[in-house]
Amino acid sequence: MDLENQRRVKEAAEKYGAENLVILIGAAEYEAAGLAAETVTAGDPTYAGPLTNVELGLAVYHAVEPEFKGFVDPDVYEEQIGMMEMVLEVDEIINEVSEIRKEYSKYA
Amino acid sequence: MDFSTLKGASYVLIHTPDMVEQNGTTQTTEKVVNPNSEYLKKVRENLRSYEDVVNYAPNQTYIGNMTPEELKALPQPWVNEKIEGQRYGKFGEIMPEKEFYGIMQICDVFELVHLEDAFAKDVKQELIDHELFAKDVDKIKEGVTLEWIQEQVDTHDAEGLYYDYQLVGCVLRAHEIDANLTAHVMLENLVVKASGVISLRHLFRDNDINPEEVEYVIECSEEACGDMNQRGGGNFAKSIAELCGCVNATGSDLRGFCAAPTHALISAASLVRSETYKNVVIVAGGATAKLGMNGKSHVDKGLPILEDVVGGFAALIGPNDGEHPVLRSDLIGRHKVSSGSSPQAVTTALIAEPLERAGLTVHDVDAYSVEMQNPDITKPAGAGDVPEANMKMIGAIGVLRKQLEKKELMTFVKNKSIPGWAPTQGHIPSGVPYLGFAVDDLTTGDKNRAMIVGKGSLFLGRMTNLFDGVSIIIERNSGETASENSADMKEEVRQAVADALRDFLENFSKE
Repeated sequence: MDLENQRRVKEAAEKYGAENLVILIGAAEYEAAGLAAETVTAGDPTYAGPLTNVELGLAVYHAVEPEFKGFVDPDVYEEQIGMMEMVLEVDEIINEVSEIRKEYSKYA
Repeated sequence: MDFSTLKGASYVLIHTPDMVEQNGTTQTTEKVVNPNSEYLKKVRENLRSYEDVVNYAPNQTYIGNMTPEELKALPQPWVNEKIEGQRYGKFGEIMPEKEFYGIMQICDVFELVHLEDAFAKDVKQELIDHELFAKDVDKIKEGVTLEWIQEQVDTHDAEGLYYDYQLVGCVLRAHEIDANLTAHVMLENLVVKASGVISLRHLFRDNDINPEEVEYVIECSEEACGDMNQRGGGNFAKSIAELCGCVNATGSDLRGFCAAPTHALISAASLVRSETYKNVVIVAGGATAKLGMNGKSHVDKGLPILEDVVGGFAALIGPNDGEHPVLRSDLIGRHKVSSGSSPQAVTTALIAEPLERAGLTVHDVDAYSVEMQNPDITKPAGAGDVPEANMKMIGAIGVLRKQLEKKELMTFVKNKSIPGWAPTQGHIPSGVPYLGFAVDDLTTGDKNRAMIVGKGSLFLGRMTNLFDGVSIIIERNSGETASENSADMKEEVRQAVADALRDFLENFSKE
C-alpha cells in the first residue's frame, strides 16, 4: 500500500478513532486487495510504511463484497461498479478480504 | 486537410543493473527506512546478466525481433522460457550499461558526468563500434582518478555511477543549493536525455529518415528539468533534437504521467494535419526511479528483479503519403474533467465514446494497445495481467452496450488480446509500444484498425484526484490522399459543367 495512503489512514484513525473508520478497497486483484486489507488491520506486511507494526484493526471491505453492495443504491452500484463486477475475480477477492477481516479486524 | 500518418517507431532498452541498486526508489527508500533489510542483502544475487536480459522474450518483442503473436504463443511466465535473443532488432536495441555511461557523458554539455580514467578508455573502445555513436566518441573525456570521484561522492553530494558494483564515475550537482539541480536530479534527467537520444537516432537510421526534415519534437517522459525558479521549465525535446541532427526543429515537453505519449501522439497528428509542421517526432527517455520498483515482490517469489532496464521510444508522424497508417485525429477519446474516475467511466470515455462517434463497435478494432505492461513483472506484485484486464474491461463495455453477449466475453478477450511486453517504466508501456507493429500490421499485415490508449494517475502529483486518459484510432491507409481527392473532384466538376453546357446547347439548338 502506498506510503502516503498509509500515513493518511493512520492520521484519520488517530483523529476520528479507529472504531469510527471503515476502509473501502477497490484493488483489481485479490492479492493487492489482501495486502491493503492486511496493512490497515495487522500492519504493513512489507515493513516500509507508517503502518509497519501498527495494528489498527480497522473495518475493511472490498467494493465487490456483498456487505458493501447491499448498502448502496442498486442503480448507482450498476453504473459505477457493474462493469468491474463482470471483469474481476469477485469470489477470490471476497474470500481474501473477508478472511483477513475475520482474522485481524477489531471493529468489523 | 488531410490526415497525418504514422511513418515509423523505434524502441530501445538499456540494461542498468547497478542503477537498480543505486537509483531505483524501492531500493533507495529501503536504504533509508530499513537499511539492514533482508531484501537489500538479496538485490545483487537477484539481478540478471546482460545475456539473460537479451534472451528474454518480452525484451525481444519490445525491440521488434518477436511479434506480439509469437510472444502470446509462449507459455507464461516468460522468464522461464529461454530464447535466443539479439542485441539489435528491427526497432532498436538493448544496450549494455557500460556503453550507456559513455552516452550519458556524450549527452552532458555542462561537465557533470565524469568517468574513471581506465573505465573511460574502455567505454570509448566499445562505443567506437556503435554505428550510431562512433562519431561522438571524442566527446568522451580523459578520465579522472577514482580518488577524485570518491571525494565528490563523499563530500560534494555527487551521485556515484557504478559498474559491476564498483564505483566508476559520478554525476556532479549542477548547483550548490538548488534542490532542482542536485546530482540526483541531474542523473535522472541525463538518463532521460541519453535514452531519448538513442531512441531518436534509431528512429532516423532504422527508418531511413532525414533528421533535417523534422520540424518539431515533443518529449513525453515523466521527469522535469529546470532550476529552482522553474522546476519543470524544460526542454528535453530540444536537447534531444540537438544531438540527433534535427537542425530545423524546435520542440517542447508535454507531461501527463503515463498518458503523455498518447497526448503527444494526438498533438503531433494534429500539428501535421493542420500543416503547422510537416514532420513531428514524439520521443521519450526512461526512468531510473522505477528500476526495481516491484523488486521486493520478485525476490519474495524467487524471481530475478525483472525491472532492470531503462526504456525509450520515438515515433515520426508525417503527412499523408497514401501508404502509411492514418492517424484519425477526428476519432479521439478523452477523459474529461466531468467523466468520473470509476473504471467504467474511464473505459466509456476512452473506448466506447469514440467508437460510437465513428459508428463502430468494440469488434471493429483489431488491436487495442492500452497499458502494455509485461505481466511477468506485474503478476508477482499482485497487480495481475494489466493488458488482459484492459481487454476484459473493453469487452465488458461491449456487453453493457449490447455489442456482445456476456457469455462471449472471454472468447472476445482471448481473440483480441495482445500480450504486454513493455517494462513498467510509467509512460513507456502506455499505449505506444504497439506503434512499431502497427506500421506493419496496418500496411502489409492483416489488420485494419488499431486503438492507442494512454491512461494517467494524476493523484501522484497531489494536485488533483482526477484520473486522465486519451485515445486515438489508427487505420489502414485507403491509398487516397486529399490532394488526389481534390484533383479528382476538380475533374468531376469540370466534367459535370461540360455535360450541362452540352445539354443546354443541344436543347437550345432544338428550340
